[in-house]
Amino acid sequence: MSFGLSKIDFEIGPATREAFGEALAEAGSDERIVVVDGDVNNSTFTNAFMDRFPQRFFNTGIAESNMVGIASGLAAAGKIPVAASFSTFLMSNAFDQIRMSVAFPNLNVKLVGTHAGISIGEDGPSQMAIEDIALACALPGFTVVVPADGASTRAATFAMLEREGPTFLRCGRPKVPVIYRDEDPLQLGRANQLREGDDITIIASGIMVAMALDAAEALREEGVEARVLDMHTVKPIDVAAIETAANETRGIVVAEEHLAYGGLGATVAMVTAERRATRMAFVNVGDTYATSGKPDELLVQYGLTPQAIADAARRVLKD
Amino acid sequence: MPDTHQEDKEALARRARRIRSHIVSATTAAGSGHPSSSLSLVELATVLYFGGHLRYDPARPDDPDRDRFILSKGHAAPGLYAVLAEAGYFPTEQLKDLRKLGSPLEGHPNMCRLPGVEASTGSLGQGLSIGIGHALALRLDGLDARVYVLVGDGESEEGQIWEAAMYAGNHGLDNLTLIIDRNGYQQTDAVDRIQPLDPLDEKLHAFGFATRVIDGHSLDEVDEAFSWARSVGGQPQAIIARTIKGKGVALLEAKQGGWHGKPIPPDEETRALEEIGAGA
Repeated sequence: MSFGLSKIDFEIGPATREAFGEALAEAGSDERIVVVDGDVNNSTFTNAFMDRFPQRFFNTGIAESNMVGIASGLAAAGKIPVAASFSTFLMSNAFDQIRMSVAFPNLNVKLVGTHAGISIGEDGPSQMAIEDIALACALPGFTVVVPADGASTRAATFAMLEREGPTFLRCGRPKVPVIYRDEDPLQLGRANQLREGDDITIIASGIMVAMALDAAEALREEGVEARVLDMHTVKPIDVAAIETAANETRGIVVAEEHLAYGGLGATVAMVTAERRATRMAFVNVGDTYATSGKPDELLVQYGLTPQAIADAARRVLKD
Repeated sequence: MPDTHQEDKEALARRARRIRSHIVSATTAAGSGHPSSSLSLVELATVLYFGGHLRYDPARPDDPDRDRFILSKGHAAPGLYAVLAEAGYFPTEQLKDLRKLGSPLEGHPNMCRLPGVEASTGSLGQGLSIGIGHALALRLDGLDARVYVLVGDGESEEGQIWEAAMYAGNHGLDNLTLIIDRNGYQQTDAVDRIQPLDPLDEKLHAFGFATRVIDGHSLDEVDEAFSWARSVGGQPQAIIARTIKGKGVALLEAKQGGWHGKPIPPDEETRALEEIGAGA
C-alpha cells in the first residue's frame, strides 16, 4: 500500500493490529490479564497471547454479545479482560452489552477493534468499522484510542492495560508507515506534536497521521508551515493542544478514517466552538458506506489522501 | 471467609413473608416498579440467601471467595433489594427510598451504588454471560465459590441467553447455576402465547445443562434443588422454577397477564399486606 504518500519516504512497518497482538502477549505475564476472542484470533493477533497463556485465553465463538458479557464478569471478578474482534462486529453487534455491562458499571474491560476503517479493502463495507469511534465516544467514562503505527500501538496497548477503566483501542488491517521509534513516549489523552508550524494545524488519527505529515511537506513547498498533531486519544481529547493550535495557527484540518459524524472531527470542533472559534475543514469518509476495492483505491475514492488534506488546508487558508 | 446462613423452615417462611411485604410497600411508596415480577422469585431468593446455600458476608461484599447471585431480570430489583436488606447489606428502612432521586435503590440494579448487587442489569439477556465471566475467573483463581444467575422466562427470548447457555454447557461450568423464574408471563401476555419456550428443560439439556423442574414456591423443593445443583459435576445446572407472577397478592395473581410494571395502588396496599401476613 502507498497511502497516497509522495513527499516522505516512510518505512512500512507492522499493522497496528499486529503490534497490539505482540504487545498484549508481552504484557501477558501479568496474571490479571485475560483475553476473550470472537474466533478471530489469527486476524486480531491475540493468538500470540493464546499461544503463551492458553489458560487465560477464551475463544467464546462467533457470539460477540456473550463475549462482551463474559468480559464484564471477568472484570467484575478482578481480571483485566481484553475483548478483541473486528471493530464493527465488536462495537456494532455488541453495543448494548458494551453500554450495559461495561460502560454503565464502569468496568475495567479493554475492547480492541481491529480491521477498522475502509483500508481493509476487498472484504467490503460489511466488514468496515466506520461508525466505531462515534459509538465508543458516546459511552460515558470510555477512553478511546486510535494509534497511528506499530510503535505507538505498542505503547498505547501497555498504557491501556495500566490505566483503570473501560477503553476502546482501534486498530487497522494493513501494514502502515513507521512514524515513531519504539522508545517514543505516548501518554493517553495527550496529543503528540509531530511537526512544528504556525500557519495551520492538521489534527489526525490512525493511518491519516502519516498522510498529514506528507501533506505538511507538500504545503511547505508552497511556503505554508503546518503543525501536525497525532491525536491518538479521541476521548478524553487533549483540549489544551487544540486550544493552543486554534490560538497560534489560522485554522485546523481534522483527518480521520471514519464517518463525518461523532468522531475526531466532531470532537475537535466541540472544543474549538467552546474555547476558540477557528476556521476548520474535515477529511473523512463523509456520510456514506464504502465499497469493495483495493485499499489504496478506496482511500482515493473516498478522499482519504495527503492531497485531500493539503487541499483542505489550502481552503482554510484562503478564507 | 463468607459463609452460608442457615435458617429453619419456619424462619424461612417468615423471611419470605417479610420480603413480600417489602416488595409491595416499596413499590407502592415509589408509585412505580415491578412488584409482580419480584413476587415470583421470593422463595427462590429466600432459600438461596437464608436456607444455607449462598455464601456471603454483607460486611465484605467484594470478598473474592463469596458466592455470586446475579439478577439478570433487572426489573425485579425490588425483590433483590428486599433480600439484600434482610441479609444485612443495608437497613430495611432504606427500602422506602426505592426509585427516589439520590437513592442507590434505582429502578433497576446499579452495582456501582449498592453493595451486594453483583451486576448492573435491566437490559434483558445479559446476566448469564456476566455469570460465566465470574465462573471462569473463579476457576482461574482456584476458588470454589459458585455463581447463581436468575433469568426470567420472557427474558429467555433474548438470543444472548442462548449464546451464553451454549458456552456454559460446552465448557462444563459446574460452578454456575441458572435459575429460570418461569412465571409464565411477560409484559403484554403469556410467554406461551408470544414465544413458547417449552420444552425448556430439554432445550437446556441439549445445550449441556443438568436440569430440574421444580415448584418455585415450595421451600422444600427449592432447597432440595440448590443442594442438587451443588452436587452436579462437570456441567452447569438449570433449575426451572414454576412460579406465579404476583404470588401472594390476590389482586396480582388474578391479573397475571395484565399487571406488569405496575405497583399496587395505595388503597389496596393494606389488604395486600394482610394477605401476605408479614406480621405472622
